[in-house]
Amino acid sequence: MALPKAKEDALAARLAVLDLPRGGFTKAARVAAMARLQAMGMPGRRDEYWRYTNPALLSDPHPQPATALRVERPIFTGLDKLRVIFTDGVFDAEASDDLTLAGIEISLLSQADAQDIHWAGAVYGTLEEAGQTPVARPLAALNTAAAREGLLIRVTGKAPKPLHISYRASSDTSDVMLHHCVKVEPGAELVLLETGSAGARANVVMEVDVGQSGRLHHIRPQGRAHGRQMATHLFARIASEALFKSFTLTMNGVMTRNEAVIELNGAESVAHIAGAAVGDGDFHHDDTVFVTHAAPGCESRQVFKKVLKNGATGVFQGKILVKQAAQQTDGYQISQSLLLDGDSQFLAKPELEIYADDVKCSHGSTSGAIDETALFYLQSRGVPKRAAQSLLVLAFLAEAIGEIEDERIAEDIRARLEDWLHRHES
Amino acid sequence: MLEIKNLHVKLEEEDKAILKGVDLVVKAGEVHAIMGPNGSGKSTLSYVLAGREGYEVTEGEASLDGAALLEMEPEERAAAGLFLAFQYPVEIPGVGNMTFLRTAVNAQRKARGEEELSAGDFLKLVREKAKQLKIDAEMLKRPVNVGFSGGEKKRNEILQMAMLEPKMCILDETDSGLDVDAMKLVADGVNALRDAGRAFLVITHYQRLLDHIKPDVVHIMAEGRIIRSGGPELALEVENNGYADLLAAEGMGAK
Ligand SMILES: Nc1ncnc2c1ncn2[C@@H]1O[C@H](COP(=O)(O)OP(=O)(O)OP(=O)(O)O)[C@@H](O)[C@H]1O
Ligand SMILES: [Mg+2]
Repeated sequence: MALPKAKEDALAARLAVLDLPRGGFTKAARVAAMARLQAMGMPGRRDEYWRYTNPALLSDPHPQPATALRVERPIFTGLDKLRVIFTDGVFDAEASDDLTLAGIEISLLSQADAQDIHWAGAVYGTLEEAGQTPVARPLAALNTAAAREGLLIRVTGKAPKPLHISYRASSDTSDVMLHHCVKVEPGAELVLLETGSAGARANVVMEVDVGQSGRLHHIRPQGRAHGRQMATHLFARIASEALFKSFTLTMNGVMTRNEAVIELNGAESVAHIAGAAVGDGDFHHDDTVFVTHAAPGCESRQVFKKVLKNGATGVFQGKILVKQAAQQTDGYQISQSLLLDGDSQFLAKPELEIYADDVKCSHGSTSGAIDETALFYLQSRGVPKRAAQSLLVLAFLAEAIGEIEDERIAEDIRARLEDWLHRHES
Repeated sequence: MLEIKNLHVKLEEEDKAILKGVDLVVKAGEVHAIMGPNGSGKSTLSYVLAGREGYEVTEGEASLDGAALLEMEPEERAAAGLFLAFQYPVEIPGVGNMTFLRTAVNAQRKARGEEELSAGDFLKLVREKAKQLKIDAEMLKRPVNVGFSGGEKKRNEILQMAMLEPKMCILDETDSGLDVDAMKLVADGVNALRDAGRAFLVITHYQRLLDHIKPDVVHIMAEGRIIRSGGPELALEVENNGYADLLAAEGMGAK
């Protein structure tokens, strides 16, 4: 089916500014991804999946310049971890730790792709491709075709400390593409931290394959540079009795679209996807989540909370698809916004599609203001209004933050939020 | 300590007068009780004194130890020593009771230029006060008032009062919803705080609480005014005869 002319032109313009790698072990995946992309075209305003979010900033040939925060305060400083640093999308060997850690194998896509064979060959582009139905995700296909860098992480045992992918931006015009593959072998465990703004614009794909009884915790505080544009895709496939938990904190950013495509395809597996977002002013934040229950006895949770003020926009599109085989599914989804003024808006599209009969699924979406009665109660006990407001905002976000298992990490996230709230008091 | 002069209050949103000239003086060391029919304005008086939004003072004034109360933010009134035990304590999901108490205690200390309590000292103090009120440690860990029974909420109000040690305590129907033993605990909590530098204004419908907390003065409020003040015997009269006679004497009631 031929693309409409406008889409064809947009895609041609986007591809014209890219220098596509040929790829070694990724070669076939890249060619296939390009073919998918040619069939889909770049996302457009009229696409149903982009009804609430204008894709232009994410799909235009060039990013909008964004002032990089030259000193983004380091986070998780109290944790012993292995740090891998990308500056404007380029691996920074100087600043990174040695890429060796017991229980995991780490390599760089840029280096590994010189080889024709690699374990990641079974992952790279595979989960992304599976995630293209029933909804097209052109930015992810573009990434598979064009990304030159990323981490290939194979977890074979219980990693003794977290792996920390740290993004830094130093240029105001960098347009970054990163593609990570994470394979958690049966019974293996890893805590994966992903932090910062990767560039003025970033398109980051992470494909995650969690083997039987494996565990992966993913915690992602995205950078707080105001002008940055970010499109992320998290594709995960969870085998039986395995667990995957992902938490994202988003502060500021003119445009963020975080997509998560999760498939529970082994019995009794668990996936929790959570997000806390805070935006003040010219801020657009979109969480688009698609969870598929393909096996019996699995549990999924989607917990998304957004605090919006001064015209900020929050979007949530979340779906739970329960296939016929997925009996005894336990699915939960909540999306809530706290609107701190009348100018901000929250657009939510929760969806359930269920083909199994023995299923427990609940979903809810709410939008509300600060509880004035609770605010007065706190003030009447001597808590100043602003501090009381912050306390209530953190309380609102508590359920999302509660998805972080490691209390030290949760505490750092809370501190970040308190700091933000303090800075954005008005 | 607390001085209210000719206080008139209406709702901000509509033209409805609720308090129509309240005069009241509570001296340090005294306990005053306010009784009165439902809807007579008792809670409104307590909210206006504590600084709740939604009300407009159209006339009159109120002061705490000479400081103009109505000009202050609610938190400033609290720091100045005013405390209101709510008729309907508020649930705050997501905020732990402990965090709430510590934030409140330290905010007030800070406002008064005192040093914040250390985590250890705070914990010791809460445990001691909670024990006196038979509030178990589990309840302290839960979010503020969420899932608390009616009586537990009221005891939690008194715990806050005991922690904050305010000088002017207003208790709005703290006795309602309490079983006999809990009422005794609450009364003990109040009596433990009674001293020459502190005063209480106790809003209640029942004589029973006043058996435990002996008031110096009892006021009857009706239709937004205090229509009668007297000694403890006034509460007994209400208990036995209701408000009909008192209202009739004012030309109120029989509508
Ligand atoms: N925010 C409000 N909006 C509308 N009406 C109000 C509001 N606050 C108070 N009122 C009205 O003002 C009157 C006094 O209410 P208030 O709660 O002060 O009475 P009360 O004496 O405490 O009664 P009770 O003994 O039942 O607790 C009532 O008629 C009540 O409906
Ligand atoms: Mg009342």
